[in-house]
Amino acid sequence: MSLSLENLTCNCDHGSTDAEKYAMIAQVIDAYKDKEGSLIQVLHAAQEIYGYLPLELQKFIALRMNKPLSEVNGVVSFYSFFSTKERGKHTIHVCMGTACYVRGAQKLVEALEEKLGVSVGEVTPDKKFTLDVARCIGACGLAPAVMVDNDVHRQVQPHGLDAMLKQY
Amino acid sequence: MAKINDKYDLSKIKYNYRSEMGRYEHHIYFCAGAGCISCGCADVAKTIQECLGEYNLNSKVKMIETGCIGLCSLGPVMLVMPERTFYVGLSPKNVGKVIKSHFVDGKIAENYCYQDLKTKEYIPCIDDIPFYKDQVRIALQGCGTTEFDKIEAYIATGGYATLHKAITEMTPQQVIDEVKESVLRGRGGGGFPTGVKWQAGHDAVADQKYIVCNADEGDPGAFMDRSIIEGTPHKLIEGIILGGYAIGATKGYVYIRAEYPIAVNRLSKAIDQARAMGLLDEPLFGSDFQFSLEIRIGAGAFVCGEETSLMESIEGHRGEPRQKPPLPFQAGLFGKPTIINNVETFANIPYIIKHGAGGYTRFGRVGAHGTKVFALAGDIVNAGIIEVPIGMPMRNIIENIGGGLIGGKEFKAAQVGGPSGGCITAADIDVPMDYSELIAKGAMMGSGGLIAMSTDTCMVDTARFFMDFVQDESCGKCVACRIGTKRMLEILQRITKGEGKKDDIDRLLELGAVVKDTAMCGLGQTAPNPILSTIRYFRDEYEAHILDHRCPAGRCQALTVFEIDPQACIGCTRCKKHCPTLAITGELKHAHDIDPLLCIGCGACYGSCPVDAIHPTKREEN
Repeated sequence: MSLSLENLTCNCDHGSTDAEKYAMIAQVIDAYKDKEGSLIQVLHAAQEIYGYLPLELQKFIALRMNKPLSEVNGVVSFYSFFSTKERGKHTIHVCMGTACYVRGAQKLVEALEEKLGVSVGEVTPDKKFTLDVARCIGACGLAPAVMVDNDVHRQVQPHGLDAMLKQY
Repeated sequence: MAKINDKYDLSKIKYNYRSEMGRYEHHIYFCAGAGCISCGCADVAKTIQECLGEYNLNSKVKMIETGCIGLCSLGPVMLVMPERTFYVGLSPKNVGKVIKSHFVDGKIAENYCYQDLKTKEYIPCIDDIPFYKDQVRIALQGCGTTEFDKIEAYIATGGYATLHKAITEMTPQQVIDEVKESVLRGRGGGGFPTGVKWQAGHDAVADQKYIVCNADEGDPGAFMDRSIIEGTPHKLIEGIILGGYAIGATKGYVYIRAEYPIAVNRLSKAIDQARAMGLLDEPLFGSDFQFSLEIRIGAGAFVCGEETSLMESIEGHRGEPRQKPPLPFQAGLFGKPTIINNVETFANIPYIIKHGAGGYTRFGRVGAHGTKVFALAGDIVNAGIIEVPIGMPMRNIIENIGGGLIGGKEFKAAQVGGPSGGCITAADIDVPMDYSELIAKGAMMGSGGLIAMSTDTCMVDTARFFMDFVQDESCGKCVACRIGTKRMLEILQRITKGEGKKDDIDRLLELGAVVKDTAMCGLGQTAPNPILSTIRYFRDEYEAHILDHRCPAGRCQALTVFEIDPQACIGCTRCKKHCPTLAITGELKHAHDIDPLLCIGCGACYGSCPVDAIHPTKREEN
């Protein structure tokens, strides 16, 4: 069995209902049943399917995996990749690694905050973008870099942001 | 896919792949590393395919997508074989011209080759480019010259033959002895001798042992492991299986960060291929040794690069470190003996076993043999991935391989070893890049991030940046790190705002020493390093901020305004257009002026001036 995040690209767009999404998540949990220590992998898949990890969903996962909710919640709150708030359709990660920082990433964050009218960590009112910063995404040769979903944009300048956002 | 049972199966695959490739006169190695992907290499690849069709070259020229070729800042790039002509800065628009000129007209399209910025000369052959000239590729061998998504391509370069040799001709102890003799040291940061670690794993007695590959490359400014995984995933797999065989582990994990989706994807595919060929989950080459390998994806926590936290995370828990001892080889993952090595360490293993320790110790220097991969970044012309013999002077890396600093700026310092390391200043630029030499200078080899900084960089601000990072990533389990990093960050923030107090430097030194001594894991123990190192070499900058309320580099916004030299200004109006607060006045072709009261010190004008007429200066207090 190979269960990678690839195979689970269903995002909210498909119009699946909550019940369908929960059923998909239940499938994932069952697939991981015999693997030791798979909570984090399950949460990755669940977030991929549901978009974020609200408390209700955490309860569902805890129950189905036969773990205390405190353990599930402890893991969700520890890792920065997991979000308990609804996210925008696209997530913008401005890389704040050393190389990007040295080459002006802070200005990109400020410019994006102004353009989108939200602060870091927030979703735009139209639910299109979540603005976030990332620790080094390993694209230091292309600094300053911005990652929108899985696309890395290289050597982004504040005046090039409009063109970048337009692609989404 | 047919299973591989013996070396004849390997030879057959090798022969078939080579004869298939041999049908073509030319090969295009097209870089599909993460860097090139982000600058649209997929469109370029499509255009190349179209052009090959259009010019009827499909029977003559074969394009192969490879991992990172190294020169990330000039991507997308391609290497044409066997001529070894290297084309850079490709786009869907220009690549057609290059293909036509090179393959139809038989003329090298020089204008699209690498250009030496100093001599303005174009250098078509990759071997003549200073960036590649002094490199020795062992861990990166095959990265950029083999198809990453075909196991056959890896086998054709001799891949998995080493594994066959080890399993059919060597005992686990012999494998360990070879690694010991090579004096390979851990490439992830600690620098612990790999052979010694493996011996401990081998000697541990248990019903189950584990081998773990740490691919949680979290240091800002480091992307070596990512390039290795993306370019040669099978080499990593072979190295891990060899490690498993040596210590007697039948199960392995690769813990990889979620920020690297391309690497995760390629490695999963490679594992599936290896499994389909019978190299995983089945007895290997007729022996009774079998090995299984699983990927575990991280979830964005820097501390998980620390080995005990990493094990916690694989077990599905919060990634908080464990108290040592017991050490991982005594009681690690799921309480069983576990050996953890970094990606680059594993990538060196096949070479060492294939060529013997003697083949490896030819490179490097006594006490630290072999090569080290560095990620060159920052204000440097040739940003990218390099591999050099250990002990190469840093000057050689910065000036020759890196091509100097962008815009010909003056080199101020390089941050080596990321947030756990320190800086090497211009005065020490001739330091050999070796574990002990770097430690003597207050830096460390670390995982290999090397960030060059020009004189425009404020070292206090740099220290603040790293402390901000570490403080944010501190897991909070131990007091020293949780509170110590916070207090140090607060002091640094104060200093960069011009509100520093006289005894702040002493307080930082004291706090730093305490956190270093008392933090529970490597993250906290090394967290004060950037501060201690910048105070050691740039104490005057700290003093300028604290006593004089001045940022010498003009980087700390609260302390800086910019001014225009009216003699040098050519009145191009560019700075005026860039100023966000309309602080700049002046007519076209007349000297401009900045109103210091409106200037917020953002530096937008500074970057836009074509004639260097704008300079930072101290903000006068009112």
